[in-house]
Amino acid sequence: MRTKYALALALLMVSGAAFSAEEGHGEATGYGHDWQQWQAANEVSNIASLQRGARNFMSYCQGCHALKYLRYSRLGDDLVIPPEQLEKFLLPPGERASNYILTSMPQADAEAWFGKAPPDLSLIARARGVDYLYQFLKTFYVDPTKATGVNNLRLDSTAMPHALSSLEGLKRAVFRDVEQQGADGAMIRVKEFAHFEPVAPGSLSAADYDAFVRDLVNFLDYVSEPTQAARRALGVWVVLFLLLFTWFAWSLKKEYWKDVH
Amino acid sequence: MAEVLNAEDDVDLSRRKFLTTATVATGAVGAAFVAVPFIASWSPSERARALGLPTEVDVSKLEPGMMTTATWRKQRIYIVRRTPEMVASLAKADSSLKDPQSEDSEQPEYAKNEMRARNADYLVLIGNCTHLGCLPKARFEAGQPELGANWPGGFFCPCHGSRFDLAGRVFEGSPASVNLRVPPYDFANDHTLVIGVDSAKGAA
Amino acid sequence: MGTAAQSPAPTQKRGAFATWLNKRLPVDEFVSTQLTGYFAPKNFNFWYYFGVLALVMLVLQLVTGIFLTMFYKPGEATAFDSVEFIMREVKFGWLIRYLHSTGASFFFIVVYLHMFRALLYGSYKYPRELLWIFGMLVYLALMAEAFMGYVLPWGNMSFWGAQVIVNLFGTIPGIGPGLVEWIRGDYGIADATLNRFFALHVVAIPLALLLLVVLHLVALRHSGSNNPDGIEIKERVGPTGKPLDGIPFHPYYTVKDLVSVGVFFVLFAIVVFFVPTLGGLFLETPNFEPANPASTPDHIAPTWYFTPYYAILRAVPDQRLGALLMALSVVIFLFLPWLDKSPVKSMRYRGWLSRANLGVFAVSFLVLMYLGLQPAEGLYVILARIFTVLYFAYFVLLFFIPKFETCATPPERVRFHAH
Repeated sequence: MRTKYALALALLMVSGAAFSAEEGHGEATGYGHDWQQWQAANEVSNIASLQRGARNFMSYCQGCHALKYLRYSRLGDDLVIPPEQLEKFLLPPGERASNYILTSMPQADAEAWFGKAPPDLSLIARARGVDYLYQFLKTFYVDPTKATGVNNLRLDSTAMPHALSSLEGLKRAVFRDVEQQGADGAMIRVKEFAHFEPVAPGSLSAADYDAFVRDLVNFLDYVSEPTQAARRALGVWVVLFLLLFTWFAWSLKKEYWKDVH
Repeated sequence: MAEVLNAEDDVDLSRRKFLTTATVATGAVGAAFVAVPFIASWSPSERARALGLPTEVDVSKLEPGMMTTATWRKQRIYIVRRTPEMVASLAKADSSLKDPQSEDSEQPEYAKNEMRARNADYLVLIGNCTHLGCLPKARFEAGQPELGANWPGGFFCPCHGSRFDLAGRVFEGSPASVNLRVPPYDFANDHTLVIGVDSAKGAA
Repeated sequence: MGTAAQSPAPTQKRGAFATWLNKRLPVDEFVSTQLTGYFAPKNFNFWYYFGVLALVMLVLQLVTGIFLTMFYKPGEATAFDSVEFIMREVKFGWLIRYLHSTGASFFFIVVYLHMFRALLYGSYKYPRELLWIFGMLVYLALMAEAFMGYVLPWGNMSFWGAQVIVNLFGTIPGIGPGLVEWIRGDYGIADATLNRFFALHVVAIPLALLLLVVLHLVALRHSGSNNPDGIEIKERVGPTGKPLDGIPFHPYYTVKDLVSVGVFFVLFAIVVFFVPTLGGLFLETPNFEPANPASTPDHIAPTWYFTPYYAILRAVPDQRLGALLMALSVVIFLFLPWLDKSPVKSMRYRGWLSRANLGVFAVSFLVLMYLGLQPAEGLYVILARIFTVLYFAYFVLLFFIPKFETCATPPERVRFHAH
């Protein structure tokens, strides 16, 4: 892990030196300038996507993050994963399917290494929203001033390293200076994000990485409320039944109120 | 009142009856549907079912004539390793038993025999007196003083005095009316008993 | 003597059980005085649905609440987890939870519309002042119930909401700080606070609510219902002694209210099953994170039904005065029957000044509700101050407007169109 970051750091220092003179690219419409409008646009009913997302999570996230309110067996049921496949692809060795999804990383150590224990993600999609998560996973950029070597546009100074950098690769953020009115009325210069620029490629293409993140976010959406599909399905029947009842009640009312004049 | 409301004969009574019935019937159906989630919420939760999964017991250290206990679905399970003498004494007790063939008692198919077990060696019982649920005590020694010289060995329930033999079958004169229950169980291998499944091939 | 000269005796047509029951409980009497024999004005309109709907919501909250209590575990360490347990692992637990959380919000929608009806038609005026007061007490109990209920999931907003509201009591001169510690049972919002709120929310306040609702209904039945024309139907009776403009509550209003219940449940079900959080209004987003004394949510705001009063609290730059004004903004409703000096009950027959006054008040209430949800900065602060003034102006003007206003004469008989 640490050699990877050392390498990344070395790489960007070299490229950083080469590119630092280019602050004034100004109005270049590079990739990422509209990052705050990015939306996850996920569909929790897409089981195939959830299955991929589950696999993504177990491979890249479960090392640090738990989903302590969800059981593996529940995952298997909802995502239509047969027990053998659950065991093969998603169940860590020694875990029973009925166990809750925990992480092996000791919380105390994590706090020492990262400054903050990696939070449980069972409810993260409800607490932050899917768009936030999507943007978070797509706006990591290299930042030599941080211990992790990266920073994030969605969550500035995040304690989380770019766990998916092997897939996405590394990119840097180009900022430009902008004049803005400060609180006291005087004009001050602030740095405004302009666009991203790739630094090093990952094992996935941009399109594939995007799909990866979308599946992962979709999965987290499912995890935060596993019953949502059932909820909506039941809702249709309930509303239809209530409309039927109301129609009968309405006819009954009209009949009786003929009396009143 | 006559000013406000129609006279009785203007009223279409059959239509009113029909509509009232339709509305009330739909309402009743609706109420029944509404009751379902509330009643269902009482069934064992996922947590209870997860904790109620089959229990594995290692019986390699269990000596003949000894009993060990385990827990399955919040019940105490008695596992007795019977000696050949204990097994032999089972046939003798038949006439003083209420249900020697286990017709009225609760056990899996493979325990509906004189042994009340898959094989003679191991007896697996739910340690719950079939009278009112106390834990029967093991009294395996034949002819124990307080139980009488004819006592062949078995279980004695201290609460109201029910007696059971070494296959968990209830004796005449006991307040309990059926034999001790046998849970589903199987052997995963020679020394591992799995309680809670009828077949241990592929139990988690 | 044996001729059957009496009117067909009830015993002829009904079963032995009914006779047995009626000798021991006044069932027939109840039905004939409260249902088939209770004459309600025939001109009830849309605004008159919300009393029954409030009763329906009360029953719903009680039933769903009881079932939640079967699985919820009060306590700092267990509350949040137990709510997630209900949502995920109890069969239909998610439905019971959403019914309860959505129910709370819908209860307030219904109650606010119900109260507004009283302002529209002068239902708090003689002889219904006590009816109004009981209703206000129900409202106050409901607010306490909702506040404490919100703390129970022990999410981050539960914690910080409790922190802010309990701290308000600290503004009371002299006893304030001691009172706050006494309410909390600890030096900060903690396990002790959670557990006592649980006891109050599940047992004490529901009992008080039931009592107050019963008193409210008894007072209503005693004085009789008001109506959109604001005239007393009992003053014009027919030859049988029944009000000319009245119709038996059963079957006419039982049947009509059934329709409103149907429509209401359709809307309710749409929210419960499709948008239970309603974008963070009914289930606030910060509450999906466990209580964290070390981290305040970006915007602390109570649930939407409290935000008008919250806006008033924040509008005042002084904490003590703000708390006082906030308390006053709720309590002042109690005095409405004596503040309103108009001889006419219903807005239909009052002058345009009264109507404008009420209109401005309604708008102010809604605007303050919106403002209470926003951060207290910039333009929002200025607007909050303006609308706070307008809010209180309503009550002051109620007192003075009748001196300047010429009202129309209310009719002798109610206005009614067959429907």
